[in-house]
Amino acid sequence: MAESLRALARTRWRVAIGFTILMVVIYFGFILLIAFNKPLMARLVTEGLSLGILVGALVIVASWLLTWAYIRWANRRYDPELERLRGEAGR
Amino acid sequence: MIALQAAAPETAIGQTNPVAIGFFFLFISITLGITWWAARLTKTTEQFFAAGRSISAGQNGWALAGDYMSAASFLGIAGLVSTTGFDGLIYSTGWLVGWPVVLFLIAEPLRNLGRYTFADVVALHRRQKPIRIAGAIGTLATVTFYLIAQMVGAGGLIKLMFGLTYETAIVLVGAVMILYVLFGGMIATTWVQIVKAVLLLSGAFLLAVLVLARFGMSPTALFAAAAERYGDAVLAPGKQVANPWDAISLGMALMFGTAGLPHILMRFFTVPDAQAARKSVFYATGLIGGFYLLTFILGFGAMVLVGPDAIRAVDKGGNMAAPLLAEVLGGTPFLGFIAAVAFATILAVVAGLTLSGAAALSHDLWVNVFRGGHAGGDEQLRIARFATILLGVVAVALGITFKGQNVAFMVSLAFAIAASGNFPALVLAMFWRRATTTGLLASMIVGTATTLVLIYLSPTIQIDILHRDSALFPLKNPALVTIPLSFLVGAVVSLLTTSNARDEIDRFEERERQLLWGDKKGVAP
Repeated sequence: MAESLRALARTRWRVAIGFTILMVVIYFGFILLIAFNKPLMARLVTEGLSLGILVGALVIVASWLLTWAYIRWANRRYDPELERLRGEAGR
Repeated sequence: MIALQAAAPETAIGQTNPVAIGFFFLFISITLGITWWAARLTKTTEQFFAAGRSISAGQNGWALAGDYMSAASFLGIAGLVSTTGFDGLIYSTGWLVGWPVVLFLIAEPLRNLGRYTFADVVALHRRQKPIRIAGAIGTLATVTFYLIAQMVGAGGLIKLMFGLTYETAIVLVGAVMILYVLFGGMIATTWVQIVKAVLLLSGAFLLAVLVLARFGMSPTALFAAAAERYGDAVLAPGKQVANPWDAISLGMALMFGTAGLPHILMRFFTVPDAQAARKSVFYATGLIGGFYLLTFILGFGAMVLVGPDAIRAVDKGGNMAAPLLAEVLGGTPFLGFIAAVAFATILAVVAGLTLSGAAALSHDLWVNVFRGGHAGGDEQLRIARFATILLGVVAVALGITFKGQNVAFMVSLAFAIAASGNFPALVLAMFWRRATTTGLLASMIVGTATTLVLIYLSPTIQIDILHRDSALFPLKNPALVTIPLSFLVGAVVSLLTTSNARDEIDRFEERERQLLWGDKKGVAP
């Protein structure tokens, strides 16, 4: 029982830190692109839309997607496992 | 290209605007009505600080968005984009990316481990007094710098928009905010945030739709019009990221500072359980991200429809871009509406900050330090209300003291302190078995102190404010140095003091169980 709880805590930590690292890579990737490859970010994808603006908007979209993916994991895997352990403990 | 000398535009800004005053009084009446209703529900400390844990995930999502979206982001970013183009957009993304981190690392554990303040969580199973003192210092430092920036911004803004004097505006903001918090506590503050967030988002959305209507509902047509008039350079990175280290350091302060802001953290104690805390961040991220996407449209809209020179002619910092845009699109009445929204925005943020400061003074310092944890609920509530008045008066005094000063850097300073003084200790305390009282204390003190010292030695103060020729510390924001330093100090000192803290370390499993289950619902296995 205590073992499964520890295991769930470890999984939760790994998922949390994994998602955090993804967010860090995405955002600082954007900043580094701006810092070191300005001509690339200035390139126009179509008239009126530079790659920089597109990627900037995509960073916001990526933040949404990451929170959505985390919530999905928490609802589908984490909550049921926690509920199961609670039931076991209550017995 | 159009005119060398920027002509002052025809604008009603700076004159008394009856529509703005009407909307403003409507907002004040509604929110004071809410406060009156909330006051009857606010009888215990738990209701005062945590709304009796009765706020739903959806409500808290809106309230988080309301607490976070300050006038600085609405007026400031729209202004930056309208005068610098793409460079301003870098901020739009930076202000959002802290939210997913709050979701992954902070929201649920915090809800399960604490009651009213983040110091509850850091101090759990550890020596209360030193940690509470350090936590309160971190909270009050963050809140003070944030408050100064908000109050000075409020004074200037209201002077420009309503034609009141600076001092009158500051006293008005202070007085109304004290009424909300003193009588309505967290319930009133939460609903003020919700009303403000709805107003701000719908105002920004309406403005964006009106802008896009002039460009066939196509954002790229708007950007193309901006590029045609002011050159392709407005769509490309410019001088903002001249020094990559500066950009990374500011980015770290924004990303991890969000997860250490006391008034944001406090909101997670208002929901019934960790699941609701989790969902509320999901909603908040959606709302805040949507808002920052709208700033793309508002900024470029103001650039094309008002013009950078005309915007700078009204306010050098560009802060009047969004109100000017509203005036072009909807005349004086729409200007009045947006002005009232901006005022409401500041008022709500100030109320949230004050409440979190009052919690640190009353719950952390008074009850857990001076009274050693032995104080009745009535006493705690009385002290909290006294602290609210005290902080409100201090906020007004600070606002008047810093009149006319350049305080824009204080928001990023508040984020840097939150990121270096509060965030590392919180993460270490929650997730690391071997974190000891002394280690966490060292992390908080070193994080806060080095941030303050390095900001003082940075170009932000030395060159921009004191007009010296050079600065001892090269970065404008110290977070790149102070966040890793704070983690490192916390870890090393913890490892050095393991032998004195055996019982703290041994209770890790207990903490971990509470992190997953919470203290009430968790049945000991």
